[in-house]
Amino acid sequence: MPGTLGHPRPVHLGVDLTDAGAHPAAWRTVGSQAQRLFDAKRLVELVATAERGLLDLVTLDDAFSLQPGRRGVRGRLDAALVASRLAPRSSGIGLVPTVTTTHTEPFHVSKAVATIDHVSTGRAGWQVGWSTSPAEAAAFGRKDPQDEPDAVAEADEVVEAVTRLWDSWEDDAEIRDVATGRFVDREKLHYVDHEGIRFAVKGPSITPRPPQGQPPVVVRVTSPEAADLAARRADVARVRATTRDEAVAVREGLRAAAADAGRHPDELRVLVDAYVVIGDDRASAQARLDLLEDLEGVSWDTDSLTHVGTARDLAATVEEWSAAGGADGFLLRPSSLSTDLDAVVDRVVPLLQRAGLFRTEYPGTTLRDTLGLARPANRYAAIA
Amino acid sequence: MSTRPRKQIHLGAHFPGVNNTTVWSDPRSGSQIDFSSFEHLARRAEEARLDFFFLAEGLRLREHKGRIHDLDVVGRPDTLPVLAALAAVTDRLGLAGTINTTFNEPWELARQFATLDVLSEGRAAWNLVTSPDAFTGANFRRGGYLPYPERYARAAEVVEVARALWDSWDDDAVLADRLSGDFLRPGAVRPVAHHGTYADVVGLFPTPRGPQGHPVLFQAGDSAEGRDFAAATADVVFSAHSTFDAGRAFYEDVKGRLAAHGRDRDALKILPATVVVLGDTPADAEERAREIRLQQVSGATAIAFLEQVWGRDLEAYDPDGPLPDVEPDIENVSITRGRVRHAKDPRAVADAWREQAAANGWSIRELVVHVTSRGGFVGTAQQVADDIDRHVQEDASDGFILVPHLTPAGLDDVLDQVVPLLQERGSFRTEYEGTTLRDHLGLAHPSGPTARTEARAAAPVG
Repeated sequence: MPGTLGHPRPVHLGVDLTDAGAHPAAWRTVGSQAQRLFDAKRLVELVATAERGLLDLVTLDDAFSLQPGRRGVRGRLDAALVASRLAPRSSGIGLVPTVTTTHTEPFHVSKAVATIDHVSTGRAGWQVGWSTSPAEAAAFGRKDPQDEPDAVAEADEVVEAVTRLWDSWEDDAEIRDVATGRFVDREKLHYVDHEGIRFAVKGPSITPRPPQGQPPVVVRVTSPEAADLAARRADVARVRATTRDEAVAVREGLRAAAADAGRHPDELRVLVDAYVVIGDDRASAQARLDLLEDLEGVSWDTDSLTHVGTARDLAATVEEWSAAGGADGFLLRPSSLSTDLDAVVDRVVPLLQRAGLFRTEYPGTTLRDTLGLARPANRYAAIA
Repeated sequence: MSTRPRKQIHLGAHFPGVNNTTVWSDPRSGSQIDFSSFEHLARRAEEARLDFFFLAEGLRLREHKGRIHDLDVVGRPDTLPVLAALAAVTDRLGLAGTINTTFNEPWELARQFATLDVLSEGRAAWNLVTSPDAFTGANFRRGGYLPYPERYARAAEVVEVARALWDSWDDDAVLADRLSGDFLRPGAVRPVAHHGTYADVVGLFPTPRGPQGHPVLFQAGDSAEGRDFAAATADVVFSAHSTFDAGRAFYEDVKGRLAAHGRDRDALKILPATVVVLGDTPADAEERAREIRLQQVSGATAIAFLEQVWGRDLEAYDPDGPLPDVEPDIENVSITRGRVRHAKDPRAVADAWREQAAANGWSIRELVVHVTSRGGFVGTAQQVADDIDRHVQEDASDGFILVPHLTPAGLDDVLDQVVPLLQERGSFRTEYEGTTLRDHLGLAHPSGPTARTEARAAAPVG
């Protein structure tokens, strides 16, 4: 098995930049900059911090409905446009917005992510979203709410159409041949002719093949159907696990399912969602969490690994879970972005680097390079 | 006349498109995809204090004779992500993009433009187009579902819903009160319910209102229906009438329609698209213009252009020879798909062109150069500045959208040489006076929902 004990592969670290942090009360802390929550410059600063720590990628959640209830952050920007806004102000780090599939047009999804990849010269990813929410269905008024299996099945079909559209231009389709007056070689542009049960897309894309060929597809494993989608189609699976042994089982399950689907398991990166509250010692981390809980009046309801403690202990958990085969990396969800992101970058990352578990520079220029994933061949390219 | 204050000119920079206006065969022609090309034009436009950058949209690659048309630039990035990225490298320049109302849903579209307005601090503009054809529809869930006459009815409803969604957030809705725990001001976000012919939309909109309230709305339709739509709804008309007399007629017609909608004449700006060719002398400029026209109309492009009218394969004809003697096939009007249709009777067009070519001794290519000439301003920088200013001061337009023939530096000379002359005359700003595109264009901030206080009381945030 790759990643054998003694020679662990470097871990991958992403960070989620949604809202003011993963804790619903994060915006209420001093220093949260809650007034600037929708200010692009705040997000640019956060990405710069993540990039200083050489993190693989940032994720941005999205949905079409306003967050319910009176507490917590309410309001969202379109995550794809935010990612594009961040692209010229960053270099090296991957930008991974959620773009949903349930109510959107696959053609639009395809060119949006492809364009973020062009603007960032190869640093886009796509976190595949789907919706079972009646509120979102009512916002579009085109169809009834879908259940999880049906929404994931539609997401599956959208991923198929989108990835085909990305390949609908061969890399060298643009020829600019002045002698014949031909701008493109139309033999290298392909109709995708997707005729699915939910929609049809003719193609080709309007947008040339993105720099990465295929921007990495990220799937959050939130149900058995999502696990199946991730095993077959994801480059990165975001999983939930609360113990090391559970993580090992989840990762092995996904790798086996990927192999069953005809893929090499090493083509799939499994990142465990990790909620983090970091303090100088365990007590001060717990005190920060207590403060957040007091503000919200309820306990923090997390669904995956939750670290409340020191940077050293978090680094040790990262090492232990990785070495045991429980994770290719972690998608960190700082309780409070204004505090915990700095701690990750300035304290956790150096410890992992010293242990030889984390890179000291970006290995290339694209997100695929950073994730150690090869640039895929084009499915339509003629086999010479 | 002399007592009227000098009208201020409004100028936009159009990123080169995918028709044959854009010359790609020139060695100076750069990428139409790399972000550096967009950044170049946007930065130069902002340095010259232009009102806005403009980017069109593509939803299906053009086809000719059943195959992808390969003689012009092919391929473009997605409009809104490019504009969002340009917001990162500019501070004041307006960011205008074309988005089709037929193949987008109002909730998503309103959210995207609100986001762009927030991310750009008030610089977003939406150029609304309506084409509903089945050819484009083949890339979308609904297909070509909308009858052609209904395109403006849907567009009007999409705009109505989008504005209702933007108005459903107060300007100051984000309270972020750490002590009370209210992130939103109670009552400052209200549910929207619209049950119409083309949209059935219910819910609480998720995206904060941008600094402009409503992003600036551009509209380009030229039919009577399109003109009425613009007079009722748009902030800017992207017009095709760039010559002086046609410009004045169009200007008077459209501005004259505003009163019926209770709108002031200044509430709608009319900006024709135009090309500019500069030279050191008038003769030098004419010569350059002629060279550019020949670059734009290659022999193959000339034949393809005739084929659109003739409806038949004319590849056997020599572009440097006389016009075809065969008659157009009037049944085959869809030989070219994905571009604006020729509306006139092909046989009458063919007869007129044959007559014109014979009278002037023109070849096919020379005829096409002539009949596709887009006019524009050709001359020295001083002449062009004089002409542009005259068009604006004498109400042939409120300014222009400048269309370069080269990517990305095709407007550099105009920005460097003509804009300073307009500034010297006092007809064009030397500094941005406001921060938003509405400020640049002199458009009022929309007041938003009336009786906001009552609405708050009636429908608290849920």
